[in-house]
Amino acid sequence: MKIKIQRDENLVEYETGLESATLLEVLIDIKHHSDKSLAFSSGCRSSVCGSCSMRVNDVEVLACSYKVQNGDVITPLNNMPVVRDLVVDMEKAYSFNKKAKAWLSTLSSGVALDGSDEKANELQSDCILCGSCYSACPVYAVNGEFIGPFSLTRAWKYVSDKRENTEQEKLGELQQDGIWDCTLCNNCTVVCPQNISSKADIEKLRMKSAQYGFMDPNFSSFGGGFGFDGSPSF
Amino acid sequence: MNNRCDVLVIGAGGAGLTAALHAKESGADVMVLTKEYPTRSQTCMAQGGMNAALGNAGEDSVEDHIANTLKSAQGEADEEAIRFMCSEAPNAVEWLDSIGVCFSRTKDAKIAQRTLGGASAPRACYAQDYTGLKILHTIYDRCLEADIEMRNEKYLLGLLKDKKGSVCGAEVLDIHSGEVEIYEANAVILASGGYSRIYDKNSTNSTASTGDGIAVAARAGAKLIDMEFVQFHPTGLKNSSILISESARGEGGHLLNSKGERFTNELAPRDVLSRAINNAIQKGEDVFLDIRHLGETLIDEGLPQERKLAKLYENVDPVHEIIPIRPVAHYTMGGIEVDHKSASSVQGLFACGECANHRVHGANRLGGNSLLEIVVFGKEAGKNAALYAKEHTENREQISTLTDIQKIKEYENSLDFYVKKEELGNLFYKNVGIVRTKEQLKEALDAVKEIKANVHKYGVSDKSKEYNTNFVEFLEFLNTLDVCEAVVSGALGREVSCGAHYIV
Repeated sequence: MKIKIQRDENLVEYETGLESATLLEVLIDIKHHSDKSLAFSSGCRSSVCGSCSMRVNDVEVLACSYKVQNGDVITPLNNMPVVRDLVVDMEKAYSFNKKAKAWLSTLSSGVALDGSDEKANELQSDCILCGSCYSACPVYAVNGEFIGPFSLTRAWKYVSDKRENTEQEKLGELQQDGIWDCTLCNNCTVVCPQNISSKADIEKLRMKSAQYGFMDPNFSSFGGGFGFDGSPSF
Repeated sequence: MNNRCDVLVIGAGGAGLTAALHAKESGADVMVLTKEYPTRSQTCMAQGGMNAALGNAGEDSVEDHIANTLKSAQGEADEEAIRFMCSEAPNAVEWLDSIGVCFSRTKDAKIAQRTLGGASAPRACYAQDYTGLKILHTIYDRCLEADIEMRNEKYLLGLLKDKKGSVCGAEVLDIHSGEVEIYEANAVILASGGYSRIYDKNSTNSTASTGDGIAVAARAGAKLIDMEFVQFHPTGLKNSSILISESARGEGGHLLNSKGERFTNELAPRDVLSRAINNAIQKGEDVFLDIRHLGETLIDEGLPQERKLAKLYENVDPVHEIIPIRPVAHYTMGGIEVDHKSASSVQGLFACGECANHRVHGANRLGGNSLLEIVVFGKEAGKNAALYAKEHTENREQISTLTDIQKIKEYENSLDFYVKKEELGNLFYKNVGIVRTKEQLKEALDAVKEIKANVHKYGVSDKSKEYNTNFVEFLEFLNTLDVCEAVVSGALGREVSCGAHYIV
C-alpha cells in the first residue's frame, strides 16, 4: 500500500506493508522503518487525547481512528502554522478558550442536577480539543481573531450549565469575533471526531444572546452599512 | 521571556494542573511545563471513575473505602495516607462538581456511582465513560481562569540544584526550537506520569508514558520506591493493547475461554484477574470479554467508547461478538518516594500523580483510586510546594552540570533504538510481567545493562534541530532504560510475591 505525505512543499510517497491499519499505526511504521525524520504528534491511540488530528484527502481525521486506504494523501491541519511535516502550532487555537472565558464563573457546591441537566452539555464536554474544527472553518481561515468552533462549544457548555448564574456576562464575551461571525456552514460538525456540532451550539448561543438583548450586528448594518452621517456602522 | 517563578510544575495532566491551581491559590507564582499540550496527558484516558464514599447508589462508608484500598494494597501501603485520601474523597468530588465536571447523575439528582473491582459498594463517580477526559478538561479550564502560565512542548532534561543540594529549577528542551532553556524556581513539582510504556506495545498507555520525571528525579538523587509494582489491566485488546475499561465488567461483562466458559470472578482485583487470564493464555486458551448480554442500548449508553475501539482495532462489534483480550501494563504504582507533604527525599522537589509514590496503592491499585489520588494529592503537592517556596525565596546559585544534548545527538547510529525499544518491551512483558522468576528477572537486567553499555551506538539518524521527534524519542528511550533498571532491580530485591509482583 502506498500513501503520500506532505513534507514542506512536497508530497512524499511512502510504502507500508501494514494491512487494515490505522493511519497512526502506518505513520509509526514509516517512522520506525523507512524515514525516522518524519514528524507527527500522537498520544493515546484511542481518540481521546486529540494529538493526532491531520487531514486525509482534504478531510480532517484523527490518525488513530482512520483506516488507511491505498493512495491516501496526508496533509497537516489547515489554518495553523505548520511546525514540521504533520505537526502544527495549536497555541493560537487554544488561546480562544481563554478569550471566550470558557469556564464556570459561578462556583457553588451541591447543586442538584438531574439526568436532563447532565444531558444538556454532556456532548459538548466530550470535546478533545483536536482542532479539526478550526482547520475546517472558513471563517477562521479569513479572520484569525474569530473565537472558533471548539471555544464556542466550550462556552456553550458553561453557559448551558445549570450551575452557572452569569449567563449574560459570559455571552457578552462572545459577541465580537464570535457567534455572529459564523456562517453556519456546518463544516465543523462534519469533521468533528466526537460528533459535536459547534454550529448547533453557536445557534443556541445566538438564541440565548437574543433573549438577553444582544443583537446580530449584521442586521443593524442592513441596508448599506453606513449611518446617517455617512460613517460606517459596526 | 521570563523563566522564573516560585513553583514550577512539570506535567500538565490532572495532577500537575491541580497542583498548579492550588499552588497559585496559596499565593505562589506558578508556571506549568508540558512535553505535549495540556489535556493530552494520560489522565484523559481514565474511564472507569473516581472513588468517593458518597453512598449515592448504595450504602457505603469512608471506612469501607479505606478497608478495600488497604486490602488491595497487600500491606504495602501507608495507612495514614490512605485514610487521608479516602476521607478527602467526598470533598474532592464536591470540588470537581463545583467547577463544572459533567458527572453522570442518579434519578434523584445526585452524582451516580458504580461498582468497580475490589470495591464493597458502588463507589466510583463517573462522567459517562469519559471520566478522566471531563475531569482533566474542567481542571484545565480552571487553570485558564486562574491565569496560570502553561508552556507547551518543553521536554524535561534535568533538575537544577544549588550548593546545598536543593532543587532550584529545571532545564528543558524546547521541542520547537531545539534550544535548551533554564527555568528557575524556589520549588519544583514533578507530575510527569508513570512508566507503563517500558512495556512498549504491551501497554494501554499513551506513547508519552515513558517515566521521564522519575528518571530525572532519580538522577538528581531522589529516592524511588516499589518500582516493581506494575499493574496489568486484565482487559487490553489482544492486538493493539487498547484499554477496554473495567466498567465493562462493572456493568456485568463476562470473561470467557476458548470453549466459551467463564473461568474466573470478573470483579476480583486486577492483579488476581490478570494472573487468572495469563494462566489461561499460558495453557493455550484464547480469552474473550463478552458483553453481548448487556444489550445494545446499555452498551451505547454506558460503554460507547468500548464499542467504538473494539470495532476499530479488533474488527469486532461487542454487541454481537466476543472481544479478544489479554492483560497489558496499565498503571505503575512505584515512583518517586514522597512524604505526607508530597515532598521527595531531595529538598525543594515535590511530586504528585503517577510519577509519585504516596503509598496509597501499595502493591495493587484499585480502579477509581488514581483519579482520586491526582486530585487529593495534587492539591497537597501544590499547597506544600507553595509554602516551601515562600520560605525559600533567596536567589540561589545553580551548580548542576547541564545535559550535553549535542553530545547525545552525535551518538553514532549503527544500531536502531526503535527496534531495541520494541524488543525490550516484549522482553519485559515476558520476564518482568504478570508472573516472574528470578532467572527471568536476571536475564532482563542483563539485557538492560547491555543496552546501556552500548547506548552510544543507538543514536539518532535525524540530526536536525527544530521539532526533531526522532531525538525526543531517543531521549525518552534513555529515560526508559533507567526506569527499566530500577523496576527489575526492585523486582529482584523482593523475593516474596506481593500484589502485582508475583514471583515463582
